[in-house]
Amino acid sequence: MIGMQKVAIIGVGMTDFGELWDKSLRDLTVQAGLEAIRDSGLPGEEIDALYAGCMSSGIFVQQEHISSILADYCGLTPKASTRVEGACASGGLALRQAIMAVASGMYDFVVAGGVEKMTDILTEQTTMALACAADREWEAFQGVTFPGLYAMMARRHMHDFGTTEEQLSQVAVKNHKNGAKNPHAQYRRPVTIEQVKGSSLIADPIRLLHCSPISDGAAAVVVASEEKAREAESDPIWVLGTGQASDTIALHDRREITTMDATVAAGREALDMAGLTIGDIDLVEVHDCFTIAEIAAIEDLGFFPKGEGGKATEDGLTELEGQIPVNPSGGLKSKGHPVGATGIAQAVEVVLQLRGKAGKRQVRDASIGMTHNVGGSGGTCVTHILGR
Amino acid sequence: MGVPRFWREIPYRYQLIGTRCSTCDSSFFPPRAICPKCRGAGNVEETKLSGKGEVVTYTVVRVAPEGFERETPYIVAIVRLEEGPRITSQIVDCDIDEIEIGTKVRAVFRKVGEESPSGAIYYSYKFVPA
Amino acid sequence: MPRYRIRSRDIATMWGQDPVAVEKGLGIIEKAVPGIDEDTITISVEAARDALKRARISPEEIGAIYVGSESHPYAVKPSGSVVAAAIGAVGRMTSADYEFACKAGTAGIQTSMGLVGSGLIKYGLAIGADTAQGAPGDPLEYAAAAGGAAFLVAADDKGNVARIDHTVSMTTDTPDFWRREGQSYPRHGGRFTGEPAYFKHVVETSKMLMEETGTSPSDFDHAVFHMPNRKFPERASKTLGFTRDQVKQGLVVQYIGNTYSGCSPLGLCSVFDVATPGERILLTSYGSGAGSDSFHITVQDGIEERRELAPLTGDMISRKKYINYATYVKYREKLNFAE
Repeated sequence: MIGMQKVAIIGVGMTDFGELWDKSLRDLTVQAGLEAIRDSGLPGEEIDALYAGCMSSGIFVQQEHISSILADYCGLTPKASTRVEGACASGGLALRQAIMAVASGMYDFVVAGGVEKMTDILTEQTTMALACAADREWEAFQGVTFPGLYAMMARRHMHDFGTTEEQLSQVAVKNHKNGAKNPHAQYRRPVTIEQVKGSSLIADPIRLLHCSPISDGAAAVVVASEEKAREAESDPIWVLGTGQASDTIALHDRREITTMDATVAAGREALDMAGLTIGDIDLVEVHDCFTIAEIAAIEDLGFFPKGEGGKATEDGLTELEGQIPVNPSGGLKSKGHPVGATGIAQAVEVVLQLRGKAGKRQVRDASIGMTHNVGGSGGTCVTHILGR
Repeated sequence: MGVPRFWREIPYRYQLIGTRCSTCDSSFFPPRAICPKCRGAGNVEETKLSGKGEVVTYTVVRVAPEGFERETPYIVAIVRLEEGPRITSQIVDCDIDEIEIGTKVRAVFRKVGEESPSGAIYYSYKFVPA
Repeated sequence: MPRYRIRSRDIATMWGQDPVAVEKGLGIIEKAVPGIDEDTITISVEAARDALKRARISPEEIGAIYVGSESHPYAVKPSGSVVAAAIGAVGRMTSADYEFACKAGTAGIQTSMGLVGSGLIKYGLAIGADTAQGAPGDPLEYAAAAGGAAFLVAADDKGNVARIDHTVSMTTDTPDFWRREGQSYPRHGGRFTGEPAYFKHVVETSKMLMEETGTSPSDFDHAVFHMPNRKFPERASKTLGFTRDQVKQGLVVQYIGNTYSGCSPLGLCSVFDVATPGERILLTSYGSGAGSDSFHITVQDGIEERRELAPLTGDMISRKKYINYATYVKYREKLNFAE
């Protein structure tokens, strides 16, 4: 990084993802945060600052000012604490802020966390909260839902490139197969393609089993400067590159409905920063809020040419043993999607994979991993590249 | 939503009034004060759009958000207006299999929702097959 | 006009009545049902937009808007102001909503005539529109329908669709049909709605109109009466001395039901589909409670050209999709949804 220091992740932690009735938003954050700090081997007083990603605590639990709550309940006061919001990219953005804060030389150790507590309200209210990530005045007001937006993306993708419902369903099958091997995942059972294709329609052509679930959960990582990382107990996982980009909030204003320009730009920025090409990536955690999102992501990041993401999935190229394992954690689909936590959880997975600690879902010879986190229908994208 | 928020957008929703940058001849809906292409060099004014367009993509919403439960299943589409901008809206007065990518549509004035049974009624554009 | 229709026979079957007898008795084959996103305001806007297409004036020149209905979406807050905002009639303009059962639309025409005739405004817009409700199982359910018509009224005589030569009205306190504040459905006096109500007002007001204009039935090419069903206007026209041919074109109730404040206005629009310059039309509306507005109308030279500028009433009547009783109930919100 030009003008900036090298930065590493030295500790990771996450809660189970799922419907966690017994855990409050505070409970979840404390659990993940403590686990990450313990994993880093640091005493808590060494932490200099905290960045927390959380999309909609105001609607879900009627609580804003998360920055103060988390510093308070994690025992980190009086350190600087900041809440970061970018819809479903809140976690990834929090990580990037933490990286920049350490790389600037301002701090030695920063915790980047993400949390979302989504199940304290009714499903209809949750759907309304999630619609806040879309354009409320000109999309949600007219009656479109999040599944509806991605469904329109899917239909256009099918029209332009011949992507099939079969291929959309195969993404879910693969991710559930991986998630079944992830002890933290919300769903740990494989599903068959017949089950996916037979699940009820939410917004044509998207079916229930094409959608990531509503989840509670939290995740956290500890970011350290190069000097401090080398002194740490565990092997540091280096941040080789990071990228971030914005795009129009409304799907109808995008340059092309089937391409997330923010993904293209953020992916390229991270690769350029790392001095790598897409072929150097050994595994990637992408933002599969809906199965079409994974197909578009692997195209827009450059793993496959535009339009061929569906076929690549069908041909097994993105399986755990495939050419480029995509979502070895089970992805948002199977692992769960507590919105603010997702971006951090993706980094946790890549760190575990690079450390060789991913158990039954370990990708062989993993030395460089990538994360891809999206906000809304593509208005924000943030990517990270981590390496041993 | 609070009434001022709805009231503010009335001319734009009721009459499909957008804006046009005369510097680069791009039209926008909803109206934008800043032309994303020209920025400072742009000359942006209000313009009334014709309401004619064609379907770029669509879906059938079967699980509705709050307030739209009585209407399912309903069609939502992204329509490209003949002046250029794309818009998200319901398509009504047609069967689900009457719509495909490329279908020509025109804007009509319909009820989109209400704050509550005792609250303000929200009117806006929807589209029907032309 | 909404595109949904329900057949009288399907309603009759639902309530265990003889479908053929019901259809024959009322003379209503099917009626128009509003979609779940349509109401008196949306119908008024669509009608007003078509009127503007034909009038080819700038909406900013409209000096008054009157929406007459018995199903205004708000009990307090005018439909007229929403219509104004939707058609761009901003600025120097007066508006108020009217209610007089089925004659609220024609009352608006009269008021507009006064305002333009006195020179206070240049153009007035009078709309009669309704999404009337009939209580489930009540005979009114066969007729209560949705639809509306709008008329732009001007003082100048250049190339218009028609000229209103004269109007006269009759008003009495006759409680034949009413709806109390807060009640969902109207009530009516059964057979009392006939002779002392509909027929008395329609016949006497039409006679007054002909007396004051020195005309008789044979002077008219078309006659349009309020249509609560098909039998009433046919009987009234016969009593007055009109022939079946004269009332035929306006008898839209058979295909769209009784659109209440939109009823005789839509009958008039149907006549405009075919009328030629110089033809004369008698229009008599009826509003329960009770009163009638009668008009002597002469078709002008502008009709042929202006007719083409917006959809014909006949085309709108034929553009339809049938729904069954279950869908009808869902659309008409007769189901109690959880709050």
